[in-house]
Amino acid sequence: MAFMRFIGKTCGFIGYALQTACVTHCTFEYVGDFVMCSGPSMEPTLETNNVLFTEHISPRVNRLRRGDIVISRSPSNPKQNICKRITGLPGDRVRGNYPKRNQVVPRGHVWLEGDNSGNSADSRVYGPVPEGLIRSRVVCRVWPLDKITLLSQY
Amino acid sequence: MWLRSVFKSVLLGVPIGITFLDTIGYVARVEGISMQPVLNPDSKNTDYVFLSRWSVRDYDVRRGDVISLVSPKDPNQKIIKRIVGLQGDVVTTLGYKSQYVRVPEGHCWVEGDHTGHTLDSNTFGPVSLGLVNARAAYIVWPPSRWQRLEAKLPENRKPFLAKQ
Repeated sequence: MAFMRFIGKTCGFIGYALQTACVTHCTFEYVGDFVMCSGPSMEPTLETNNVLFTEHISPRVNRLRRGDIVISRSPSNPKQNICKRITGLPGDRVRGNYPKRNQVVPRGHVWLEGDNSGNSADSRVYGPVPEGLIRSRVVCRVWPLDKITLLSQY
Repeated sequence: MWLRSVFKSVLLGVPIGITFLDTIGYVARVEGISMQPVLNPDSKNTDYVFLSRWSVRDYDVRRGDVISLVSPKDPNQKIIKRIVGLQGDVVTTLGYKSQYVRVPEGHCWVEGDHTGHTLDSNTFGPVSLGLVNARAAYIVWPPSRWQRLEAKLPENRKPFLAKQ
């Protein structure tokens, strides 16, 4: 009898854990999540070890605008994420080194640049980035606590 | 009272369903003629394929795999193609701006099987692996066409220089 109760409790617990995991997955994948950024490329706006709140809705409905800071998969390594600012939308004329000096951003792509233009590997190095790689848009900084700021233009 | 319990189970069931579709895989209809003769061999009926998300969780793809990816030209559209070259390979192109292309790091070269009737890397160049969405593993519908999709490449489409 005690054994049966133990089995029942275990199943209940596993089910509960599964439910929580699924709800968490959906929230982080479709609504918003927290990202810790590292590296100098977005200084002085963002510094290493800042924690950002990002939302996943704008990239899904293609509401990306010039000036938005976005989290994107790196074009050269899909397991790595990059955090850059959109400086060009399709049709914009931009300056870069790859594939040629002056170019127009092609359809379905965006031009990403870091704020710290002297120390940032961005579209000027690897060219326009497909919109499909963009995962989320940065809304605000939540850590450190004394530097909480809204980072989107709404 | 029963309405509340229905509401509650929907609220908990939907995330479980979405998570399942996101991590394990889902079934999708194939449109177009770009993968003939493997998919949609005649124009009368369309095939449904099982797209396995699980097998691309680490972006492990092989040459010859049929994959679905987000179109680099339109983020709302998914396309289904076959991988011809992986990073470091030198591929012979069909009508791209140069005859040989070395696939850059983190990219792959994709082509439709129906040469000449497909919009693929020969038009838009190598695509980033981050755009790969799933691997087409089986044709599941119509039942008479139930089969596993093998990773195979025609001899003349093998990369000119394969890195391992």
